[in-house]
Amino acid sequence: MNSRTATMDGNTAVAYVAYRVNEVCGIFPITPSSTMAELADEWSAQGIANIWGNIPVVQEMQSEGGAAGVVHGALQAGALTTTFTASQGLLLMIPNMFKIAGELTPTVFHIAARAIATQALSIFGDHSDVMAVRSTGFAMLSSASVQEAHDSALIAQAATLQSRIPFLHFFDGFRTSHELNTLTLLSDADLRAMIDDDLVRAHRARALNPEHPFIRGTAHNTDTFFQARETVNPFYAKVPGIVQATMDAFAKLTGRQYRLFDFDGSADAERVVILMGSGAETARGTAEVLRQKGEKVGVLQVRLFRPFSAAHLLAALPLTCRAVAVIEQTKEPGASGEPLYLDVIEALAQAGSRGQRQAMPRIIGGRYGLSSKDFSPGMAKAVFDELSKPDPKNGFTVGIHDDVSHTSLEFDSNWSIEPDEVVRAVFYGLGSDGTVGANKNSVKIIAEDAGLYAQGYFVYDSHKSGAQTISHLRFGPHAIHSPYLVVSANFVACHQFHFLERQDILRLASTGATFLLNSPHGPEAVWDHLPRSVQHCIIDKKLRFFVIDASRVAQEVGLKNRSNTVLQTCFFALSGVLPRDQAITQIKRFIRKSYGGKGEQVVQRNFNAVDATLSELHEVRVPAEPSSAFERPPTVPAAAPEFVQLLTARMFEGLGDQIPVSLMPIDGTWPSGTAAWEKRNIAEEVPVWLPDLCVQCGQCSFVCPHSVIRAKYFDWSRLEGAPSSFQSAPVNARGYPGVNFSLQFYVEDCTGCALCVESCPAESAIEPGIKAINMRPKAPVVEPARMNTAFFERLPMNDRARVDFANVRGVQFLEPLFEFSGACAGCGETPYLKLLSQLFGDRMMVANATGCSSIYGANLPVTPWTKNGEGRGPAWSNSLFEDNAEFGLGFRLAASKHHEMAVSLLKSLSAELGDAFISAVLTVPQVQESEIRAQHIRVAELKTKLLKLAGRSETARDLLSVVDHLVRRSIWIVGGDGWAYDIGYGGLDHVLATGTDVNILVLDTEVYSNTGGQASKATPLGAIAKFAAAGKRVARKDLALQAIAYGNVYVAQVAMGANPQQTLQAFREAEAYQGTSLILAYSHCIAHGFDLRYGMKQQDLATASGYWPLFRYNPAMRKVGERPFRLDSPRPTVPFKDYAYNELRYQALALTRPEEAAALLRQAQTDVNEKYRIYEEFASLGSGPAPAQITTAVAKALEGSEGPH
Amino acid sequence: MDLTTRYLGLTLNSPVVASAGPLTSKVDNIRKLEDLGAGAVVLPSLFEEQIQQEQQLIDRLATTGADSYAEALTYFPTVESYNIGPAAYLETIHQAAQAVDIPVVASLNGITDQGWVQYARQMEEAGAAAIELNIYFIPATSNVTGREVELRYISILKAVKQAVKIPVAVKLSPHFSAMANMAAQLVEAGADGLVLFNRFYQPDIDLAELTLLPNLELSTPAEIRLPLLWIGVLSGRVGASLAASTGVESSDQVIKYLLAGADVVMTTSALLKHGAGHMKVLLDGLRTWLAARDLTTLDSIRGRMSQRNIADKTAFARANYIRVLQGY
Repeated sequence: MNSRTATMDGNTAVAYVAYRVNEVCGIFPITPSSTMAELADEWSAQGIANIWGNIPVVQEMQSEGGAAGVVHGALQAGALTTTFTASQGLLLMIPNMFKIAGELTPTVFHIAARAIATQALSIFGDHSDVMAVRSTGFAMLSSASVQEAHDSALIAQAATLQSRIPFLHFFDGFRTSHELNTLTLLSDADLRAMIDDDLVRAHRARALNPEHPFIRGTAHNTDTFFQARETVNPFYAKVPGIVQATMDAFAKLTGRQYRLFDFDGSADAERVVILMGSGAETARGTAEVLRQKGEKVGVLQVRLFRPFSAAHLLAALPLTCRAVAVIEQTKEPGASGEPLYLDVIEALAQAGSRGQRQAMPRIIGGRYGLSSKDFSPGMAKAVFDELSKPDPKNGFTVGIHDDVSHTSLEFDSNWSIEPDEVVRAVFYGLGSDGTVGANKNSVKIIAEDAGLYAQGYFVYDSHKSGAQTISHLRFGPHAIHSPYLVVSANFVACHQFHFLERQDILRLASTGATFLLNSPHGPEAVWDHLPRSVQHCIIDKKLRFFVIDASRVAQEVGLKNRSNTVLQTCFFALSGVLPRDQAITQIKRFIRKSYGGKGEQVVQRNFNAVDATLSELHEVRVPAEPSSAFERPPTVPAAAPEFVQLLTARMFEGLGDQIPVSLMPIDGTWPSGTAAWEKRNIAEEVPVWLPDLCVQCGQCSFVCPHSVIRAKYFDWSRLEGAPSSFQSAPVNARGYPGVNFSLQFYVEDCTGCALCVESCPAESAIEPGIKAINMRPKAPVVEPARMNTAFFERLPMNDRARVDFANVRGVQFLEPLFEFSGACAGCGETPYLKLLSQLFGDRMMVANATGCSSIYGANLPVTPWTKNGEGRGPAWSNSLFEDNAEFGLGFRLAASKHHEMAVSLLKSLSAELGDAFISAVLTVPQVQESEIRAQHIRVAELKTKLLKLAGRSETARDLLSVVDHLVRRSIWIVGGDGWAYDIGYGGLDHVLATGTDVNILVLDTEVYSNTGGQASKATPLGAIAKFAAAGKRVARKDLALQAIAYGNVYVAQVAMGANPQQTLQAFREAEAYQGTSLILAYSHCIAHGFDLRYGMKQQDLATASGYWPLFRYNPAMRKVGERPFRLDSPRPTVPFKDYAYNELRYQALALTRPEEAAALLRQAQTDVNEKYRIYEEFASLGSGPAPAQITTAVAKALEGSEGPH
Repeated sequence: MDLTTRYLGLTLNSPVVASAGPLTSKVDNIRKLEDLGAGAVVLPSLFEEQIQQEQQLIDRLATTGADSYAEALTYFPTVESYNIGPAAYLETIHQAAQAVDIPVVASLNGITDQGWVQYARQMEEAGAAAIELNIYFIPATSNVTGREVELRYISILKAVKQAVKIPVAVKLSPHFSAMANMAAQLVEAGADGLVLFNRFYQPDIDLAELTLLPNLELSTPAEIRLPLLWIGVLSGRVGASLAASTGVESSDQVIKYLLAGADVVMTTSALLKHGAGHMKVLLDGLRTWLAARDLTTLDSIRGRMSQRNIADKTAFARANYIRVLQGY
């Protein structure tokens, strides 16, 4: 088969090969590698065969540790087996990796290399993960580009079979894994040619087999382990030769020659930069430009890092080299240098000591690109320049400004090496407007139809709603080796007009560039709507300026909010990359390809958008002088704290790269509550209140996912000075004469989800469709809302001791201490967290498992967990994905210990403080909120007394250090179902078994939401999900019953949309329970595939259908002679189908595999019926279900479910 | 007794046709209806608008949140092609046509020119014996004239006729200023049959919720008057088959329609109300009525009471109205 080109990202390029040369894939999702596993699962579901004609088995596991285990097992049983992972996932594989390598087992693990969580988690790319496993015995092969990753996937597979050494094939997370680039695709014939079937059979022959049994995995003692460990040396010694030979064979087959150490530069190079990964391409391009200027420079790219072949390195490094910089995307604190640097020094030192090299070059090491920090030609040049200095810096950094340790090199961020023939385009869009999708198509159109080379890289912000995207595209006549962001764009498109007021959108525009603006203002009017700095930039850079009202054009053809096709057409019309007619033909072809599966209507609407575009595209006549009287408003108000001004605001502006080291918190500690400073203004419509209709029930604020709706009651006399737009109404409950109620909306933080409107029960009796709150266009209400909320904030906070916590209506008066997160519009999880923060926030610690809730909970630039006016609020932290229950248990152990110490110390101060006071502090109950409030006051008084004593009493000083624990601390362990059901289940189960007083809240979306909807053990029967592309064939695990089986765990299953009162009750009971509590909270999710506006209604249907019955199991009830198990929802009133088929996750199967879907639906209904019957039975038992009853019940409920598919 | 009937150029074993409704959406039911003596079945309408809405909905749901957040660039596995659109419907036609000997008539409700033609062609390919055009069009805007409405019907019919070789019937609204002329125009444009009438969506108001209620009541015998009038008027005057629809509860209505001149009588409501077995009740009633009069073929009664065949020609026009009023 002849070679053909294709355009794909690195993950696809690697998975394409890995899938075809393996028989088993053990998988688990983790960014940025998930796509490889997802593709493998989809291909397997579609019946795509590997090169031997059989369909690989793809098995999702409960964790990467599990994936490594299943891989190890499959390898020992003789199957060609692979896995895909990154970062923490790779760390979880370490124990098995040592085993696999120790047993000389051929396999390739494909790694989209990513930062390891340290002071913070980062999903972005660097080499700290792969460097952490370099001692496992795996060979390590590094790829620098999409093409290389594709090719190396095969080279690694061939080499592992021959060498028997397992391989880690790694490439840069995001930069390579997510970059679209043009590559030459390997054919199946190429794959067949490179894989020796004799070696495959040899691998099988080494497998465990009862027909010729042996024992592998023995335990050694002091006498033999050491010697046995040394037996593998000859195998490692052969690896470099095998890999190079494989690379040579590959070159013969494909024409693409790789080397273990590839030198590129002058034969007499004096300065050489050594590095691995995509940065090598940048360094190479930079060196080429420098050579053209007469500089003697070169780049040595390391491909085979382990086993490290000094001989090959020395052979590749010119003897003329007098200065070497080894730069790495990892940091090894405390070491004398990063790993590759040390290896290079060792190789050269040995060569020198053996007399193989006359002169030892000067060798410096440095760090770059941690967490996908862009590595630009300007930075590469800075490294070469450093090597020219008489005393170059060792242990340097490049890409940041380190004003603490002064490691950083100065660099010119605008230095460009890109030839004019390359079209460099930058597009600013919203995730929701389809900009990225259209640009991905543009890349493919240009690469596949114009014979040009194309590259696309996409930058996303950290929010899940209203997120900004920046697309960096390059097109040119030659292959594009520029793995860095565009710094000098000759085409800039701004797809959202309001971005101009927030950021310097034209920062990257080169002189004479084209600027396309999606503008509601036409070519004549738009100029006057631009901030002065934007006008200046357009004039100074001599930009050609075009406008189109793409949003209107899209709207007119029925593509609401999807202006992507219109703007894509504009790009082709203006950029001239393709002749206009050809471009339009190809855009339409791709529209059919992209949307064809979704029906002709969708295709036609996009066609219409293309046809309607060009007549609406206008060039703006640019005046000679700027004329605007207005400027971009300040990013944050002057009243914002210094920290927010110095750091947070710069991150808002997209200038976080420029923040120096000295301003960064040293240990990952960030202030709470900075989300309030980010007024994102992402909603087009916001809720507007009609006080006369309002029944003041509190439902709207209860369900608001972003804590945008706040209520207060206050004496009407406080209305003096209120803005004229400020609305309030007399409190409609009895006993509050002269007291008003006001509901306020932080519309600038609202995402426009409309959950509140759907939950509002107060409808007009005379105006159809009008409720007490209604969605209305935001623009007219923003300014009044600002004034109203400012006035509202000046009204006194309602006294928590006087608010009725026991009902939803009362809760609205409790200040939320979780607000304005970046969660999806209409998120089903965040209302629960907000409720937690309202009820217990001022004395709460939160251990948060990695996942959606840790991301919207603490993904910079902002922190939504906040504090109240007294300075108290949730203390929140995230450890890992897999250990959250244990992490939270640690909180409790420390809290209990310190409480015990505080009690003891306090008692010892009776002489100084008096017995009566001490007794009051130690013996008062702390159950009701009024009691907690009183204790807070007592402890404050105690602190004052202790401070007076502190100068003379060490006991007082000690007590001061733990005195806060005298207020009952509320420990919450929070996470999603991926954590609770899968990766963290072992720990969670252990914590349940301890009976310790911690509260576990599972935000159950039934999928791994954060990584894009992969199946978990909570995923229901019959739903599709990633990793269950053919539909889940087994019922979800009943975690509640498993927990109830312990007998002493408080367990509740809640769904706020079905019964908010029951949710409230469960939260309060769980917190009050003196033991372990578990709450499973149904959380609707974007990954369910329905309009989240109806999220709470869908929750109601989940319960009404019996799929998600509400119940509470409270062991404390036994003591008072009541039934511990209470079923809080009635018998099913609607069929399961009426709930399920509102969602794409279920419908998708019906629309693709109708017969299987029908069978699964029947099974699901049977399961629902049976489960409900079991719960009813439990509810009828006086003492609650016994463990044996539960085991029987669960087994019975699962009868009929198919085994894993 | 010979109940053989010609409709749309097809030969039917009986004049009672199971019209478009939930019952005819399943092949098993169609088989049962054949066994019970139905002359033909009309499948439920394929609604182009519904297909479009489903396609848009699926597109929106499958792409919501996509390409927005680095860790989750999609939320669903890639699905090459959702089975939205006519595929399931066409498969039902195919299976039904294979399963029974009676004609299987497909019903189409389009909204775009392309939709009408494309789906009609696919229905023919799937094995439909004929197509019934369910032109469901409420001219709710005041700038649409009666003539424009008429031309829309004609234009759709012509486009479909050009696209397919199988017979095409038009299911009509009763709300034309000049029904007889409209019927003639349609026949001239190629209609092989006219189905009288379509029952349009007529919403009710929920007084408690202040919402429109979109529910549809099953038809009652009291509603046969209007179709009966026009069947009677058109019988023998247009060169196309006539199907009477609406209000068939018992064999009485079947017989009345036949007497007025209907080639076939269609029923949905009665079958929904009483089940498929009611088909036999209708036919037995017809047979009994014929037998009581020693009649052995339908030709002897068909159109006997049409305007053309009765002495008082005005009975179907204004005089009839006056008489009704006077007799009240």
